[in-house]
Amino acid sequence: MKNSSLNISIKDITKKYGDFFALNDVSLDVTSGEFLTLLGPSGSGKTTLLMVLAGFTSPDHGSVKFGDEEVILKPPHLRGIGMVFQNYALFPHMNVEQNVGYPQKLRGVSVAETKASVDEALATVKLDGLGHRRVDELSGGQRQRVALARAIVFKPQILLMDEPLSALDKKLREEMQIELRQLHDSLNMTTVYVTHDQKEALTMSDRIAVINDGQLQQLGTPNDIYQKPNNAFIADFIGESTLVPVTVKNKKAILGKADVLVNHKIEKDGDFLLVIRPEKLFITSKKEKGTNYFKGTVKDSIFQGESQLLVIDLDQATYGGQTLQMRIPNGTDLKQEIPGIGKAISVGLRLADSYFVESA
Amino acid sequence: MSGVAEHLNEASLRKLAGRERFTFFGLTLPYLLMVGALIIIPIGWLFYLSFIGRDGTMSLENYTRMIESKAYIRIFITTFKISFLTTLICALIGYPLAYFMSQLSNRWANICMIGVLIPFWTSLLVRTYAWLVLLQKKGLVNNMAIDLGLIAEPVKFVHNTSGTLIGMVHIMLPFLILPLYANMRAIDKDCLKAASSLGATPTRAFWTVFFPMSIPGLLAGLLIVFVLCLGFYVTPAVLGGGRVIMAAMKISSNIELYFSWGAASALGVVLLVVTMIILFVASKLISVDQLGQRS
Repeated sequence: MKNSSLNISIKDITKKYGDFFALNDVSLDVTSGEFLTLLGPSGSGKTTLLMVLAGFTSPDHGSVKFGDEEVILKPPHLRGIGMVFQNYALFPHMNVEQNVGYPQKLRGVSVAETKASVDEALATVKLDGLGHRRVDELSGGQRQRVALARAIVFKPQILLMDEPLSALDKKLREEMQIELRQLHDSLNMTTVYVTHDQKEALTMSDRIAVINDGQLQQLGTPNDIYQKPNNAFIADFIGESTLVPVTVKNKKAILGKADVLVNHKIEKDGDFLLVIRPEKLFITSKKEKGTNYFKGTVKDSIFQGESQLLVIDLDQATYGGQTLQMRIPNGTDLKQEIPGIGKAISVGLRLADSYFVESA
Repeated sequence: MSGVAEHLNEASLRKLAGRERFTFFGLTLPYLLMVGALIIIPIGWLFYLSFIGRDGTMSLENYTRMIESKAYIRIFITTFKISFLTTLICALIGYPLAYFMSQLSNRWANICMIGVLIPFWTSLLVRTYAWLVLLQKKGLVNNMAIDLGLIAEPVKFVHNTSGTLIGMVHIMLPFLILPLYANMRAIDKDCLKAASSLGATPTRAFWTVFFPMSIPGLLAGLLIVFVLCLGFYVTPAVLGGGRVIMAAMKISSNIELYFSWGAASALGVVLLVVTMIILFVASKLISVDQLGQRS
């Protein structure tokens, strides 16, 4: 079942609650057939934006277009979108088949056609043969699949999902992430997905829109967002990172007394933050050309299964008492042993991985 | 050692578990004693009395009289009619009110709830006589209506079925609203949003999703009101003015006027059995845990 899809064009959406801006002039285009994730911490405005798309929240001003059609004044039941809710929102008084067939019944689809489309939707979410089960007999994962089947049974062109996996346990959640993504690829409907889980966003999305304080912070592919965060908030929120304050004077960056190299042009003086991803640091005995080099002592060394996490205190005299985190994947072919707690360590950071953001 | 090896601390742990069970049982003991002394024994005594005839010997005359006497049959019909009508009117008034309250923010819902509960906490007798004052021939309602020219002659509101119904509906309404409101409040609002996103108009979403999900609360409320009505005494006695005779009033007159404990007991037993049958049927319709409502 391949669907046609629609692009979504969001323009200048603002929603105030009293003096609080839930959304502040948000503009965003979702391409037809794209999987776009709205990512942000709780209270960032990402769910409000989804509710504006669905029609449950009216913004103060702004425009939402599905294709060429302005829908901002349309009530939710006329928008023709499929929606999946955080707590599934299945109807407890209907069985699985009745839940999934509900939108078809509303549309006056014949009994035979409804049956066929319900069977198809249940097969798509791998719940064949469970049509007569009661909702409360299903596991969390199965309920989520029913909710999904119900949202796609009428072949909507747009699918909205509000943290659909957050109630599932970690293992099931990670399986479902892959499955949802595959489902999206086979159905091809434009999908807007809300989550606060950055790893989930990186795993599933074509593009991620990072939202905080009611504003769009950055829009880009998972790779862009991770490698080139726009600001300190994103660098901190997406993935693990240590933000090291550096000062730029005369277009030269300094940490304490040491020079710091970066992979991009420095255009102005001031205070910046060097974004260091723990997995990008490597142990080295000497400063190689074209890398940043830090010396310190191992403060803590923690075995975490897939990797070893080191907490490193940089030398007070040279760097001004900064702490770094470093992650060495389990099984890495190391030229030298990992120094123990209290031992001296020197680490390198490739120029390509050295990146500044402005201090917040 | 008796062949079976003793596991580490097994006996002591079992003793501990036993002690805990005993403590829990101890907590329910006062209630069990009270139920035994004040309910089970008196009902047994009542049951026994209902089989004692006028001459003091065992007989079925108290029951046969109920079937043969037209007066008794009329009392049963009145009792059920009044109870049924009160329950119906309560549902028609209470459902929209509970729905309205369930859609309010917590703050406003709590304020409305106080409005529902204040009469609930006021003495039954006070409220019943207040209705008498308001509704009687020269009462507030009639006087105002006449002064405003709405009616020429005073309307007979009390000492009849309508007065009884007005009073009883007023007394019973909170018993319907409380379980219904609790049920509605627990209905996941996302279910209505889901219905709406799937294409249901607000009216359609209400009838296909909200109403079915509120039925357990509605049934619980209807059941409580109906059962309470069956044995209601004060309000029909005061506002019915002796023209509306319900089972509880007949029990009272059997004792106070005719000193016939046997007849009164038999009527009480019948009322009790009918109530239990209703509860049994209802428990088939809604499972007991739905009466205790979750989502």
